[in-house]
Amino acid sequence: MEFGIVELSRLQFAATALFHFLFVPLTIGLSVIIAIMETVYVMTDRPIWRQMTKFWGSLFGINFALGVATGITMEFQFGMNWAYYSHYVGDIFGAPLAMEGMMAFFMEATFVGLWFFGWERLSARAHLIVAWLVAIATNFSALWILIANGWMQYPVGAEFNPLTMRMELVSFAEVMFNPVAQAKFVHTASAGYVVASVFVLGVSCWYLLKDRHVELARRSIAVASAFGLASALSVVVLGDESGYDAGQNQKMKMAAIEAMWKTEPAPASFTLFGLPDREARETHYAIHIPYVMGLIGTRSLDKEIPGFDELEKDSEARIRNGLVAYDLLTKIQDSKAGEADPARIAAFHQHSADLGYALLLKRYVEDPRQASEAQILQAANDTIPTVWPVFWAFRIMVGLGMAFILTMAFFFWRASFRQMDFPRWSLWLGVVIIPAPWIAAEMGWIVAEYGRQPWTVAGVLPTALSVSQLGFGEVALTLAGFCLFYATLFVIEIRLMAKYIRKGPQDDLALTEAWMAEHRAHLSASAPTGRM
Amino acid sequence: MILHDLISLELLRVIWWGLMGFLLIAFAATDGFDMGTAALLPFVAKTDLERRVVINTVGPVWEGNQVWFILGGALIFAAWPALYAISFSMFYFAMFLVLAALILRPVAFKYRSKREDPRWRARWDWALFIGGAAPALLFGVAVGNVLLGVPFHLTPDLMAVPDVGALMRFVGLLHPFALLCGLVSLAMLVMHGAGWIVLKTEGAVQARARRFGERAALIAVAGYLLAGLWMWLGVTGYHYAVPPPHDAPSNPLLYPVVRAGSWLHAYAERPWIWIAPVLGVLGALISWAALRAGRELLPMVGSKLSIFGVISSVGLVMFPVILPSSTDPKSSLTVWNASGSHLSLFVMLVAACIFLPLIILYTAWVYRVLWGKVTPEAVADPKTHSY
Ligand code: HDD
Ligand code: HEM
Ligand code: HEM
Repeated sequence: MEFGIVELSRLQFAATALFHFLFVPLTIGLSVIIAIMETVYVMTDRPIWRQMTKFWGSLFGINFALGVATGITMEFQFGMNWAYYSHYVGDIFGAPLAMEGMMAFFMEATFVGLWFFGWERLSARAHLIVAWLVAIATNFSALWILIANGWMQYPVGAEFNPLTMRMELVSFAEVMFNPVAQAKFVHTASAGYVVASVFVLGVSCWYLLKDRHVELARRSIAVASAFGLASALSVVVLGDESGYDAGQNQKMKMAAIEAMWKTEPAPASFTLFGLPDREARETHYAIHIPYVMGLIGTRSLDKEIPGFDELEKDSEARIRNGLVAYDLLTKIQDSKAGEADPARIAAFHQHSADLGYALLLKRYVEDPRQASEAQILQAANDTIPTVWPVFWAFRIMVGLGMAFILTMAFFFWRASFRQMDFPRWSLWLGVVIIPAPWIAAEMGWIVAEYGRQPWTVAGVLPTALSVSQLGFGEVALTLAGFCLFYATLFVIEIRLMAKYIRKGPQDDLALTEAWMAEHRAHLSASAPTGRM
Repeated sequence: MILHDLISLELLRVIWWGLMGFLLIAFAATDGFDMGTAALLPFVAKTDLERRVVINTVGPVWEGNQVWFILGGALIFAAWPALYAISFSMFYFAMFLVLAALILRPVAFKYRSKREDPRWRARWDWALFIGGAAPALLFGVAVGNVLLGVPFHLTPDLMAVPDVGALMRFVGLLHPFALLCGLVSLAMLVMHGAGWIVLKTEGAVQARARRFGERAALIAVAGYLLAGLWMWLGVTGYHYAVPPPHDAPSNPLLYPVVRAGSWLHAYAERPWIWIAPVLGVLGALISWAALRAGRELLPMVGSKLSIFGVISSVGLVMFPVILPSSTDPKSSLTVWNASGSHLSLFVMLVAACIFLPLIILYTAWVYRVLWGKVTPEAVADPKTHSY
């Protein structure tokens, strides 16, 4: 594959989006954990909970700044680098982005300032409400952006309009209640909760190892392990939901996840390990577990999951049908405005669902109708994504998902039923595992986005066609600029995080200590299980 | 859905054109003072404590203000997809610079005071300065270039193709007229920021802000009038030769725009739009006089008025054109050929009617909670949260 403007734009989008998503999940999860802690504070009026809220809040602030900074890039990148995409689907895709701005970003950004600056100006209750508003808003933001992203994976509620040469909205409700988007939201939000729980748990473990801030660390572990266990279960159970949706709507992605070269008789097995080889169309050194894939993909033991052989034939048929649509479309374009023949438009709509498949040929010929047989077969072959990244990313994500359940379950058990007695090895485990959920989440995005190739909007608009008509040097320059800029910011952020973690909680320290001394007796009677 | 037929496509297009203007004005009126304040930071505040005072005047609110920019982008995406696609890709490198400057801002606000090291702080102060001044300048340059026309054409598939190379696409933006527009925009927002600092601080900082604000107000007025003169003498406008149907499909190639005459003919055709430039100049003069007279709230009222007038004057003069093409005028985008679909515009209008008033309501509440001067004592107090 030659490396051109399309590949460069993809690389830039992937780099900035993956970078954005380093900060996003921690914001999503930590905002909820902080709101929970503040709720306990307001209910019990114990200063330790206020201290915890403020401490985790200061780390939240450092992370939030970069989440916002990198999000700005995302918002404008569609127009900058994906101009034809933006024109082609903006009528549908822009709406959830705008909803996100109106419903989520405003609330989030307005109240987060008040949360930090309002401790002295608001009553405890009002301040708590502000904390929850921030948490709700971050989660709304995830909902709307995933509705946008879900539409790209499974474009419902829209239709191509030959007079305006773009997709147009037919039903907003269908876009909003897109089942793929719903599954994505639950899975991704839970992933955010896992990220934040593991973060809180890991930092607290480190304090326990160092024998510092023990009271804060223990209580934080109690919260993080309970919340984390629920989230880890939810991410796996609902990740399965994601898999089910992928099986229903994105058969190519499903086949790539499983490196399913040929349709297997039901129920399909799950390949635990293997080296997929797209050229030879086989997986070397494969180790199979029977039945499992059939269960994830179809929720049954008797439906088969189609393999690439079958799906490729399917694509070929759709390309041929798409060519009929393309031919009618050029005829409609040639007629003058307002004179487009309704009968012809009606005929076009009978084939328009496959128009995108004809556009796949634009990579090879200016006018798809002139494509040779070989080019049609090549385009059908192109609809199979590169298998190994999707295959491996999926396995890493799932493996880590299982590990989080076990870890969280262990800490939850020790926190609730074993007097907060954590063996040293487990504390080290808690520290070491901190980066793992980030890796899982990034892998998830690679499955979702890379597995969607060669489409930006599945079956509707090929990636190769979506880009802006920019120069190679131009995009290379900005890509280099973003990388350099982001790398610098990243180093600064990690250093500040480390500094603030090392420094530990600052606010109200004296107050908390005094209160603790006063209640020492009472505390030691009830403490270890950390009665809140 | 049949509901959306309640409002005609023509009316929806005009409403969304107005909303686009509203968003730009809201952005300039709110985030504009953050940018002006940041651009003034190294000049009005000398000591570290003074700088922290100035930074903390915008500390709790800049984040919400910035969302007007983000929302502007998103609503243009939804309501004017072709405009979103073509303007941002044609202004590619300039957009990158704006983004880089805007990315600096959140980080600089949050990280500056997290370490004591004076060199660390000085570096972030300059980052804040760039994050404020550069976008303020570049937005004006962009407006200037929109008035001049942008070199692109549309293929029959409505793919936008630039007509000049990558280098010229950026260097070409630096036309002297566009630079003048940039200067007006910078001066206007510095005036606005000065008004904010005057409102929120006391003493030496406030006095310096007054001086800078007065000068900025005069520069804004002079630059604006000069730009008007330039438009009259040397900038060609764009118009429909034959008025198109206002509910035609959103396809620019159907009814051609031509390049002829002056933009300022609009003042003859629709004399009522004179009100916009008059407000633009009057507002800046009010701000100037109020700064001199030692008033605290009035300077900002004046600068808001000025922002409202100046931005609307550009939109009104261009109507119905939104983004003209200099090399292929018939590819120009207008209110009648570049909007979202009827249904999409309707759905988004319903959403905007629900959410925009809510946003304004709770934003106003937050400003009320935070009302009052930011004092050095409060900033230095470790018990309160400050940047
Ligand atoms: C709303 C739409 C949307 C959303 C929410 C995301 N993406 Fe995406 N992604 C795209 C829309 C998109 C895109 C514009 O459509 C790209 C660019 C090229 C392409 O094919 O899809 C893409 C590409 C893309 C790629 C490269 C795939 C390839 O080119 O082969 C990666 C790794 C990601 N994205 C990762 C992410 C991450 C980490 C996200 C979380 C923030 C994310 N995406 C959210
Ligand atoms: C690719 C499409 C995306 C775009 C265009 C985008 C855009 C943005 C923008 C403009 C901001 C800054 C908002 C502010 O100022 O408060 C932001 C922040 C945020 N985004 Fe994204 N985003 C994308 C992907 C995602 C995804 C997939 C999620 C969640 C699953 C997400 C969740 C968030 C959250 C929670 C924030 C708050 C700030 C933070 O993370 O610290 N975004 N995004
Ligand atoms: C057994 C466990 C898991 C399964 C079966 C699973 C399944 C999936 C599938 C099939 C997708 C692709 C969805 C699509 O493209 O339509 C996905 C995406 C994703 N996964 Fe997982 N996952 C699991 C665990 C995890 C864990 C532990 C995390 C992070 C902590 C995670 C984070 C993500 C993210 C962020 C995405 C991208 C957003 C999305 O498409 O929903 N997943 N997952």
